Amino acid sequence: MSILEVKNLKKSFGSSTVLKGINFTLEKGEVLSIIGTSGGGKTTLLRCLNSLEFAEEGQIIVNGEVIFEGESFSKQKEKELRLRRLHFGLVFQQFNLFPQYTARENIMLAPKLMGKESKEQIEQEADKLLARIGLTEKADYYPCMLSGGQQQRVAIARALAMKPDILCFDEPTSALDPELTGEVLKVIKGLKDSDTTMIVVTHEMGFAQSVSDKVIFMAQGQIEEMGTPEEVFEHPKSEKTKAFLAHVNDKD
Amino acid sequence: MEVTLRSVTEDLFLNGFLPTLSLFGITLLLSIPLGLIISLGLMSKFKPLKMLVSAVVWVIRGTPLLLQLIVVYYGPGLIWGGKLLERPVAAIAAFVINYSCYFAVIYKGGIESISRGQYEAGQVLGMTKAQIFFKVVLLQVIKRIIAPMSNEIITLVKDTSLARVISVYEIIWVAQDYIKTAGLIWPLFYTAAFYLVFSGLLTLLFNFCEKKLDYFKS
Repeated sequence: MSILEVKNLKKSFGSSTVLKGINFTLEKGEVLSIIGTSGGGKTTLLRCLNSLEFAEEGQIIVNGEVIFEGESFSKQKEKELRLRRLHFGLVFQQFNLFPQYTARENIMLAPKLMGKESKEQIEQEADKLLARIGLTEKADYYPCMLSGGQQQRVAIARALAMKPDILCFDEPTSALDPELTGEVLKVIKGLKDSDTTMIVVTHEMGFAQSVSDKVIFMAQGQIEEMGTPEEVFEHPKSEKTKAFLAHVNDKD
Repeated sequence: MEVTLRSVTEDLFLNGFLPTLSLFGITLLLSIPLGLIISLGLMSKFKPLKMLVSAVVWVIRGTPLLLQLIVVYYGPGLIWGGKLLERPVAAIAAFVINYSCYFAVIYKGGIESISRGQYEAGQVLGMTKAQIFFKVVLLQVIKRIIAPMSNEIITLVKDTSLARVISVYEIIWVAQDYIKTAGLIWPLFYTAAFYLVFSGLLTLLFNFCEKKLDYFKS
């Protein structure tokens, strides 16, 4: 059974259709990169998976459980909505750390409010996560004292603390200075090695190529091309993919 | 009885400043939470409620507090007959209604200035709406509204003197009595010292709060 199945997801804002029937599956431990032109619907897709937006049609199935089916699901009660969201984690482009809490407190806040684990467990888990992102020494720093790259690493740890089935990244390095993207990408690579299932919307082609098991190229609300990194980057079939890759390589 | 600086200070403090202070304190205590409820109405997605609350805020902010004091004191008796409210109660009611509306607008501005990303971060972490508001948003809002709130609160200190229009004893009135009873005007000027000391203390308090929240940027 696939960890995630997305079937015929359709979404529009007013008269513009942003997702025109998205279909894909993801296996446990796989890393899927979604690349494509801006305005192509990549971010909207992630937001639909995380129930921050609601599609009009289609299904989202996690571990065989239908967590979204058509518009009626957008009218679910808050509690069910929250449970659905917990299948996914989301790392934002702008980090969105809580400024009044230290790095460690940011990681511990949601598990504490969830109240499922003991305080000691949550603290231990937070310390493990801090070690994993290499910020043990900055545990008690507030976000304003951290660099963008460090903030994004904390945001990743914060998302991991809720143990989502699938961790999503929405252009995790786009808001960073070029010299800071490396440390964030390194953390994401580290997660792949520990079999975290991930969906990464990214403009880092080199990263997408080296880390992904699967790559989706999206344009105008559709999946234009899907395959292994080799298939998509080395032997693209679609003209749009070719044009996009040529354009991106041009810039590099 | 001989009029000395000391006797005037005592008289102004006990009979004038303390009533002023309690009017100030009770108004704050009630209008700070009531303002939050009104601000929720102002931001409501339910249009009729939003329009109703907006209209109330418009009327309250659009008419003089002096007039509102008179209306709250005499109005109910004139409209429905029966006994008038106790004067201090009417004064408190008018001040609370007036200040809640101003606070509500400040809260609204503060709450709306928090980026959507903060709410969304809370949502994807499985927090409830209440948890997001109290654990994530509230402190950031407080930090942002300290300056405008301090303006309103210091204005309130001085606005309490308007309560005299419905014969609620307050410090300026007490001081003015000296003109009639002793032919002295300086006690009236002297009241300024009380206002200055009190608003000075408040300023220190607000500075302290701002410093306390200086540890994070939002």
